[in-house]
Amino acid sequence: MNFDYLIDHRDEVLRLTWEHIQLCALAIALALVFAIPLGVLITAYPRLRVSTLVILGAIYTIPSLAFLAFLIPPVGLGRQPAVIVLAAYAQLALVRNFQAGLSGVDPNALEASYGVGMTAWQSLTRVRLPLALPVLIAGMRIAIVSTISLATVTAWINAGGLGSLLFDGIAFNRPSMILAGTVAISALALGVDLLLRLVERMTPASRALHQART
Amino acid sequence: MNKLDGQHNPPVNAIEYDRVSKTYPNGSRSAVSDLSLTVERGKFVVLLGPSGCGKTTLLKMTNRLIEPNSGTIRVDGIDIMSVPAPELRRRIGYVIQQTGLFPHMRVEDNIAVVPKLLGWDKRRTSARIDELLHLVGLPPDAYRRRYPAQLSGGEQQRVGLARALAVNPDTMLMDEPFGALDAITRSKLQLELRRIHQELGQTIVFVTHDIDEAVRLADDIVIMRGGRIVQAGDPLEIVTDPVDEFVSDLVGASDALRRLSLIEARTIATPVHAGELPPLEMRPETIDVRAALGVMLGRGLERIALTGEDGDVTGILELDAVRTVARTHPIEATV
Repeated sequence: MNFDYLIDHRDEVLRLTWEHIQLCALAIALALVFAIPLGVLITAYPRLRVSTLVILGAIYTIPSLAFLAFLIPPVGLGRQPAVIVLAAYAQLALVRNFQAGLSGVDPNALEASYGVGMTAWQSLTRVRLPLALPVLIAGMRIAIVSTISLATVTAWINAGGLGSLLFDGIAFNRPSMILAGTVAISALALGVDLLLRLVERMTPASRALHQART
Repeated sequence: MNKLDGQHNPPVNAIEYDRVSKTYPNGSRSAVSDLSLTVERGKFVVLLGPSGCGKTTLLKMTNRLIEPNSGTIRVDGIDIMSVPAPELRRRIGYVIQQTGLFPHMRVEDNIAVVPKLLGWDKRRTSARIDELLHLVGLPPDAYRRRYPAQLSGGEQQRVGLARALAVNPDTMLMDEPFGALDAITRSKLQLELRRIHQELGQTIVFVTHDIDEAVRLADDIVIMRGGRIVQAGDPLEIVTDPVDEFVSDLVGASDALRRLSLIEARTIATPVHAGELPPLEMRPETIDVRAALGVMLGRGLERIALTGEDGDVTGILELDAVRTVARTHPIEATV
């Protein structure tokens, strides 16, 4: 096992990395379209919380290969079913953390926001969201990192991305290819994780806490 | 445009509660029932009572954080339901117990919240922030850029007060603002609040369950129980003439009376100028202030004469002097 493939086919690895990023970005974008309203909904109506999270948890337990196989008859092969599956898996982490972040905001700060004369919208955008932001970003970080690693499996249905290096490496018995894919995926996941941790720390709420400790 | 801006002939009464009732959906008993109360402009009124007596509900109905089931509340003569709630609240200062400061905003941004909502320009807002920080005893240079988590509890509450005062509201609502502070910090802030009230003259409605705090701060105390007013009057009246056992139990916890009973009347008497004395009720100068107060209230007198051992009048005890002593800070009184 060696790094030959990674070195000799640098351009190919970079192209697949870009493809991988696109796949994950599409999946997360689609996931957010559902997760944001769902998170807000179960924050506003806590009675829906348990049932919603149970359903999302159930989806999360479906084996990914089976899920992809189910989607082949209605959606076919390629990127489209991959995006759907990845978005579905990301729901649990996103919705649970959105709800935790939004309902974890200090009720005194919320009461004060209305008390000083903010409208519901002003209270949401100037107080609740900024205060929840570190937790919201943390939830997205977890969802994105797990999407990056899960997106390797979707190469199985021709969705592209770094997973194809793994499948081809196995098929052609080229360990160097598998290693190249593994290194690229890990680097991507770690890089995104680090980047989002930095973003998390730059939010006003985190800065305020951080400054208080020093 | 703003109905609350009525600068011409402002009504005498800052707040009028007219047969106000509030029942919570899950509660069988009503939080406030058929309550009427008038708060005069510039008065410092303390709502006092045990938890669950409806005092906080009454306070929060004033700025529509809670809406009554029936009855009318008028602020500056205007029915609060005729004004959009956010607009109403921007004109009423609001301070709560755990400060309610926005933790992600610096001190200056917390104070600037209402000016920003009202669209003040930056320069005016900034000048006002400095002015307010001076007023509440926090040097702007040291405090403007700090976050709430970098302040002590007392400092946070000073900022909370500054924020509530930002646009110079005529009316302030305060919900146990000093409840979470240690005794010494609480006493300090009580004195400062009293000073600020004397300086600015707003109408303040202040909720507490602490009789000593009520006595120290209030022009008028309103004692509540089970959503109704049990007794309302100035602190001395309440302390010396409780209407029933409930009030006397509540007041019994007060050290204000105990303090008065430890002070000799002559120590706070004003000297007499010979020859100008109208006939007065007389008592020996060694009488304690509590007993002297009993005499004054019992007979409806504003002052009594004090006499020395030989029976000569040595001084005049004024009701106002008693008031001042009753309100004096216990730490000050003992040092």
